[in-house]
Amino acid sequence: MKSSLKLALGLASAITASTAVSNVAHAEDLTLCWAAWDPANALVELSKDFTKETGIGMKFEFVPWTNYADRFLNELNSHGKLCDLIIGDSQWIGGAAENGHYVKLNDFFDKEKISMDDFVPATVVGYSEWPKNTPNYWALPAMGDVVGWTYRKDWFSKPELQKEFKEKYGWDLGPPATFDQLKQIAEFFQKRQIDGKTVYGASIYTERGSEGITMGAMDVLYSYGFQYENPKKPYEMEGFVNSPDAVKGLEFYKALYDCCTPPGASNSYMGEGVDAFKSGQVAMHMNFAFTWPGLQKDENVGGDKIGYFVNPKGPGGAQFAQLGGQGISVVSYSDKQESALKYVKWFANKDVQAKWWSLGGYSCLNAVVKDPKFPASQPYAQAFLDSMAIVKDFWAEPSYAPLLQASQKRFHDYVVAGQGSAKDALDGLVKDWTQVFQDDGKM
Amino acid sequence: MLNRTAENVARATPEPLARKVRGISDKGLAWLFISPTILLLLAINIFPLFWAIYLSFTNYRANRPNEVVKNLGFANYQRILGDQDIWIAMQTTAHFVFWTILLQTLIGFTLAWLIDRKFRGHAFWTTLILVPMMLSPAVVGNFWRFLYEPQIGLFSYVISFVSGIPPTSIQMLSNVELAPWSIVIVDTWMWTPYVMLICLAGLRSIPEYIYEAAEVDRASNWRQFWSITLPMALPFIMLAVLFRGIENFKMFDMVNLLTGGGPGSTTEVASITLKRQAFESWRTGYSSAFAIILFVAVFGLANIYVKALNKVKQR
Repeated sequence: MKSSLKLALGLASAITASTAVSNVAHAEDLTLCWAAWDPANALVELSKDFTKETGIGMKFEFVPWTNYADRFLNELNSHGKLCDLIIGDSQWIGGAAENGHYVKLNDFFDKEKISMDDFVPATVVGYSEWPKNTPNYWALPAMGDVVGWTYRKDWFSKPELQKEFKEKYGWDLGPPATFDQLKQIAEFFQKRQIDGKTVYGASIYTERGSEGITMGAMDVLYSYGFQYENPKKPYEMEGFVNSPDAVKGLEFYKALYDCCTPPGASNSYMGEGVDAFKSGQVAMHMNFAFTWPGLQKDENVGGDKIGYFVNPKGPGGAQFAQLGGQGISVVSYSDKQESALKYVKWFANKDVQAKWWSLGGYSCLNAVVKDPKFPASQPYAQAFLDSMAIVKDFWAEPSYAPLLQASQKRFHDYVVAGQGSAKDALDGLVKDWTQVFQDDGKM
Repeated sequence: MLNRTAENVARATPEPLARKVRGISDKGLAWLFISPTILLLLAINIFPLFWAIYLSFTNYRANRPNEVVKNLGFANYQRILGDQDIWIAMQTTAHFVFWTILLQTLIGFTLAWLIDRKFRGHAFWTTLILVPMMLSPAVVGNFWRFLYEPQIGLFSYVISFVSGIPPTSIQMLSNVELAPWSIVIVDTWMWTPYVMLICLAGLRSIPEYIYEAAEVDRASNWRQFWSITLPMALPFIMLAVLFRGIENFKMFDMVNLLTGGGPGSTTEVASITLKRQAFESWRTGYSSAFAIILFVAVFGLANIYVKALNKVKQR
């Protein structure tokens, strides 16, 4: 009995001691919250250097994209302490700033001599500023991202296809410069037999549940003339959102969906797009640039077989691309803000940013992307640079969620379900967005 | 029994408290035991209900905890009842409920009737039929999404084999006309066994002597079915319809997994609309009002139905 008691006491002491040691060792562990995707894995690798330098351990909370917004916005809204650092989506910045979820970083940047002038301007506006175009910073640009295109270079370079294409359309088969050209290429490849397999024209975003079809349609609409509001009168959307040019843009997106996408691609976003391209189903593939490093390495479609191009021009020559990407913020409910700020300072360092790019992350630091060696550093580097120069972002208003849900519904109803006309869809969108801003007391 | 338990409790408790325990009546002791459950129910069912009713009259948004909450009166209710999209979602829900119940009842009762014949191997077939019901809706949703895949799905292949239509043209989840039916098919596949079980219980509860008397009266099989089997099994069938009706009115998981409400808003049932308003658009007050409207609709319809069911049982 006595020996059993001793054994029990010994075990209890050992457990208590080990827990105490473990608590001491991990007292300064930081938790970083982000989406579960390839760049997140690169960040885990990169952050090992931070732990080596500072002794601060890093824990990661990664959530699949489908639950990313739900999970972390719930966490922030409930003032949870799970995340010390968060890499939040660009649209969240307005709400996170106004609701006090993020620490304002102006004083910290001034103290640590971190200048926003050192970062790509579009990423500063997109990921850090609220209100937009004012020097109020809530995040450090962390992961530059933009919608662009990949294509099957090996298919495009087949002499017999080049010949047939030239005869049919009168120009050389290659990366398209305009959306009309893109559609011609997509039509050319649609249901074509290549290497004994039926292939299709293009994979585009059509997803209904989160933000997919909006990101895809906007990628086209901007270049056709869509504007969110009257540049001279904020929140005046009539004649801008539903302008004749915007209507043509949406009609084009539907025509592209109808003519040239693989069967059943009615709910396709990032993952489905990658699958369609990797499995050799499509000649072209619309997706965020973060997918490019993975595709480049792919044994079946990567290497010399893949090419990259910037979102093409609209009929009037305008050229824009949908901004993706995120900034890194310190959560205001964290008890470890000091350590979290140390991480932000470390992450802003030029060498760290260079390594971030080499591991598969997309740096937003000018010193990295404007380095003369940058365009040749990866086959997709130039396309990324050119794309980042023409970006536009969705509303970053605190009410971005209902604004996004409205566009998801209107676009999907028209493009995929074929209900009503493009004009009806955009008129409806003006109505929905007006209601949201009226509810917010902004109109 | 209760007194003995009270004695045991009293013996194990300190004397001053024990004296009080000994003095508790049976009713008091019963309340003592069920009170934790009641408190739990109040906390997780009743309180949220009243809280949702309160929120439904406000402009509260869960993602704006610092914003001043305004009382809007019945504005949320008015907006919902005047919203065309909400009515379309209700129509979609009604379509879904009607067809699933009709198919599940017809097939479920037929299967129960066949199983009740007690043919050779009926126990094996019963177990096999019950398998879909035992699966998780998440598994079923994903499983059928693959089956419906136009390029590699078995469903498309079989239909193509039978009809000669190319499988890539059979886009069950992408086609506006077919998508609602794709959900009806899966729900019917999954829940018909449940209806079958209830109907089987009903059929087995009919006393054998009634059929023997009918045999003596030389009633035909058809006559026996219409005059004995169906009327006596009717309360059970109605019960199955009630359970499936309530369940399908608030159906979420299957629709979410199969179509997410699409293509467009073709399969956007009320629960999907509610989820989008509450957890994607963060209109908490507005969505609370919608939830209350749905609750009242289900509660009201179920009550009317239960009264009809009681009348049938009394016949």
